[in-house]
Amino acid sequence: MTSKNKWLSTPYIVWSVVFIIVPLGMILYYGLTDATGAFTLDNITAIASAGHAKALRVSLFLSLVSTLVCFLLAYPLAMILARVQMKRHNFIILIFILPMWMNFLLRTLAWQTLLEKNGVINHVLTFLHLPTLKIINTPAAIVLGMVYNFLPFMVLPLYNSLAKIDINVINAARDLGANQFYTFIRIILPLSVPGIISGITMVFIPALTTFVISALLGGGKLLLIGDVIEQEFTRTSNWHLGSGLSMVLMIFIVINMILSAIFDKDGEGSML
Amino acid sequence: MKKELIQLIDISKSFDGQMVLDELNLHIHENEFVTLLGPSGCGKTTTLRILGGFTSPDKGRVVFDGQDITQIPPNKRQLNTVFQKYALFTHMTIAENIAFGLKIKKKSKSYIDDKIRYALKLVNLDGYENRMPDSLSGGQQQRIAIARAIVNEPKVLLLDEPLGALDLKLRQEMQYELIRMKNELGITFVYVTHDQEEALTMSDTIVVMNQGYIQQIGSPESIYNEPENAFVADFIGESNIIPATMIEDKLVSILGTRFACVDTGFGNNRPVDVVIRPEDVILVEPSEGIIQGVVSHLIFKGVHYEMEVQACGFEWLVHSTTLFPVGKEVGIRVDPFNIQIMNKPESEDEEAVIIDI
Repeated sequence: MTSKNKWLSTPYIVWSVVFIIVPLGMILYYGLTDATGAFTLDNITAIASAGHAKALRVSLFLSLVSTLVCFLLAYPLAMILARVQMKRHNFIILIFILPMWMNFLLRTLAWQTLLEKNGVINHVLTFLHLPTLKIINTPAAIVLGMVYNFLPFMVLPLYNSLAKIDINVINAARDLGANQFYTFIRIILPLSVPGIISGITMVFIPALTTFVISALLGGGKLLLIGDVIEQEFTRTSNWHLGSGLSMVLMIFIVINMILSAIFDKDGEGSML
Repeated sequence: MKKELIQLIDISKSFDGQMVLDELNLHIHENEFVTLLGPSGCGKTTTLRILGGFTSPDKGRVVFDGQDITQIPPNKRQLNTVFQKYALFTHMTIAENIAFGLKIKKKSKSYIDDKIRYALKLVNLDGYENRMPDSLSGGQQQRIAIARAIVNEPKVLLLDEPLGALDLKLRQEMQYELIRMKNELGITFVYVTHDQEEALTMSDTIVVMNQGYIQQIGSPESIYNEPENAFVADFIGESNIIPATMIEDKLVSILGTRFACVDTGFGNNRPVDVVIRPEDVILVEPSEGIIQGVVSHLIFKGVHYEMEVQACGFEWLVHSTTLFPVGKEVGIRVDPFNIQIMNKPESEDEEAVIIDI
């Protein structure tokens, strides 16, 4: 690259310094200081306090459940997509990506309307003389919201890695005596590991850090770590504590990123 | 005659309404090297896939060793396939690749280790056990694919254009390796290719296919020397295909001139096509030839000169080690046994393919 071309990246460098590097530095500063500006680790060790630890545990648990559900829904779908004829599969993929083009907040609000005690779903159920659904403001509703919002991020990396497997590699396994189950376990599953890791990363991280879904569908009863951080910034105005807890959350994200960098050498997830 | 191992009976197959195979019948014998030869889309790969069990025929039966296997899935068939682009398991080492089939058969560890060593020796890749497939060249990967198939001791090895991705030199080496392996292992090879030279070099039997029909089955010599129709003549090697009239047994009129030939049984005064291979056209002094013409093109090809001679309104393709310069008047002679008489094409698939040279 010539030095002339390097100038083309200036707008982005300015952008990332102002909106990424500087805020990160501020988080770091606030997280490691108290109200007087003196150095402290209290904001980070605060994660061990009963309320915060519980929020983190609940967040980890619900994100793991959502990731698992997404995986179980997405894998069979991705397998079908990877083997469907070209003409049709673009259409099917479009259907699955379509919701992603709508605003995230709007989609979650729509679920709130659907699931409410007097919401659309219960109206239909009552009309059909069926028992009504009481999942709004429960962990189940939060998981539902997470799965709905993040499912496409699981489907696409899985689809990418499965579509890359040469059909003759699968045929070769069958040819050598493997039945369909053995072929899946020994050939298809291992060859799709990069996609699995990317998919998990792309669902788990946003699910772990979300606060909108739990606020709208959890009714504020169940605090996730994202909600706690949000409240420290907006309501309590304790930026020091909020930053400290954010840094704890970042550790989990970094661990996940390292794992995906190790396994996803082909960059299946980079397509998104 | 050796025992018949495979019978394909009345096999038909179409994809999206497009007929790929139409009532195909083929018998393959034990320890035979059979090559399915034809242009792309002739149905040769589909035939192989039906044998392997990856595609099921719309109609017809596949009989293997006296047993109908039409509905049997690939993992239960006693044949193994070598795929066009190797299809190695990239997440496993070479040893694990080769052991794949044996582990499924629950063979003992020592048996598997022996087999891996034996197979790697057979394909001249000793000591490659712990390498990964990606670190091997195309030719090496193909040999691993062969090793992976043969350790299972199949009765038949199916090979789908296995040398297609290799360069010329490697391809020729592999051809000899395959013949050696076939003789050492004593198993049947069913080989698919569109390369006529490959087919002539390796096969015991060549099955020439076009548009879903078998055009001719025979030894390489008979396919080359006695093509049954214009398609076969044209697809296998270069040839002069000339419209002619069979005057009576052993006498044919080519472009208005009478030539002695050896074929009989075509009837009297019947329109036919004759095939004369370019190397069988003998150029002599004008006075010594049966017909006379003028050399219009000359190319040096290494082993021989390739010339075109205009004579009696036909452009004769001639291969000769003797040079006749462009513009020289020459005489043409053909020995009777080098004139191959064929019936006129009855259908489109028997017509010669048009190749510009």
